Amino acid sequence: MTAIEVRGLRKSYGQVEAVRGIDLFVAAGEVFALLGPNGAGKTTTIEVLEGFRRRDAGDVSVLGFDPARQAGPMRERIGIVLQSTGISPYLTVRETVAMFAGYYPHPRDVDEVVRLVGLDEQQDRRIGKLSGGQRRRVDLAVALAGDPELLFLDEPTTGFDPSARRQAWELVRSLAGLGKTVVLTTHYMDEAQALADRVAVISGGRIVAHGTPATLGARDAATSSVHFSLPDGAELPDRFGGRRTSGRYELETSEPTRLLHELTTWALSADIELAALEVIRPSLEDVYLALTGEAEAA
Amino acid sequence: MSGIGLTMRQVRYENRAFWRNPAAAFFTFVFPLLFMVIFNVVFAAGSADAGRFFTPAIIVFAVVTATYTNLSMTVTVARDEGILKRLRGTPLPAASYLVARMIHAALVALLLVVIVAAFGAIAYDVPIPWDALPAMLVTLVVAAAAFCALGLALTIAIPNADAAPAIVNATILPLFFVSNVFIPIDNAPQWLDALSSIFPVRHFADAMLRIYDAARVGSAFSALDLGVIGLWGVIGLILALRFFSWEPRR
Repeated sequence: MTAIEVRGLRKSYGQVEAVRGIDLFVAAGEVFALLGPNGAGKTTTIEVLEGFRRRDAGDVSVLGFDPARQAGPMRERIGIVLQSTGISPYLTVRETVAMFAGYYPHPRDVDEVVRLVGLDEQQDRRIGKLSGGQRRRVDLAVALAGDPELLFLDEPTTGFDPSARRQAWELVRSLAGLGKTVVLTTHYMDEAQALADRVAVISGGRIVAHGTPATLGARDAATSSVHFSLPDGAELPDRFGGRRTSGRYELETSEPTRLLHELTTWALSADIELAALEVIRPSLEDVYLALTGEAEAA
Repeated sequence: MSGIGLTMRQVRYENRAFWRNPAAAFFTFVFPLLFMVIFNVVFAAGSADAGRFFTPAIIVFAVVTATYTNLSMTVTVARDEGILKRLRGTPLPAASYLVARMIHAALVALLLVVIVAAFGAIAYDVPIPWDALPAMLVTLVVAAAAFCALGLALTIAIPNADAAPAIVNATILPLFFVSNVFIPIDNAPQWLDALSSIFPVRHFADAMLRIYDAARVGSAFSALDLGVIGLWGVIGLILALRFFSWEPRR
């Protein structure tokens, strides 16, 4: 089942080309992350999908609807959490969720929604009296009020402290557990890694890589390095090659299994302990920075 | 739920939110009475003539303020804060929301009319024109609807919430001065009289003065005044439908 299909999406603002030909595919029930730095075209892309912006070119299908022409029926089945969070401060949490639930043909039970986002204790408090993190939960509750099949989260944790981020992540995971399709944008690599089944990295209005967090940017095939130290007096045979910096050896390899086997076989036969042995694979962050061309800046 | 059902439901939520901000609600209702007392003191120190002029005049002021001024400012703030954009992302029809805002503003305006008319009757001995009640109700409803539509249309010209008070006041305060609201226009030059007759505030004021005029000859309805007010309302509605923005302009 396909939730979203995008082909050749383009969008310009005046002379600025924000999105320059994007293809996307999101399957029903998966958590999909659009990862990229600020200004990469994430929000423009997601707002075209939500029906807030008209595209210049390309084909877009969201739950089978064209957001540019069928936004009305489409919005009965999606939930949206925007970056900006305007909401009346004078209504209580429960009143607000009930108000939004009333806009939808098949809403979710109000009490259940309030419980789901963990605001049951604050449900009779006015929105204006909530903390920033609690208000972000209200955003999510409002997006869930209509029991959507598909949920858009635009930078759901930007500006959160670490514990609030962890809580938000738990929430997103629980949504995925309800069988919802979730499309989120983020500029945090760890967020994409923690939450998404699949990630597309967007930079300069183009998708520069996509895949699961583990395989992204062909991390599987990328070079790993093996680091260790040798006791005083011991010499590493020349056949291993590698670099030595301040008593520590670094060997680059695309076959870490083979290298480790050869290395440990030599060490055991020579009765040498390889102190602080570790295999280091490039982190998603390294891959991301390389892909988005910010490696120098970092 | 039907469009009408959704609209009336939204009116109830708007109303609930309105009364939860007591300071704003209090001054909405006290402001016109304050003006009424000041004008009565400044002009002719409580003479019966002043009371008879300023009771209908302040009704006009109260209705325009509660609809045009209030709606253009609060809708601009809601637009800037992203409240409108969030609603746009739901299946709530745009018209349901906007009509709900208009109905709520009109209800506040009608409550104000009751208060001002009662205050005029009690404090200044200006009898409530019960004989002209149908004309009064029709005039108030047409004017409230027209000034709501114009208020929504004005948001098109307001770039952001910070600019809203300046722009709204610049469009409406001069009209209050030249339209038989703050000052009787009897002694004004003819060109000013003609100029103010282009705008709806003047016709609303003339219609209300006629309704309050115990010595009037003929019907309390003034077709020309209602026509001009209605025409402005339709223009406002067309502009609002065509150019209304749900997203911040910045």
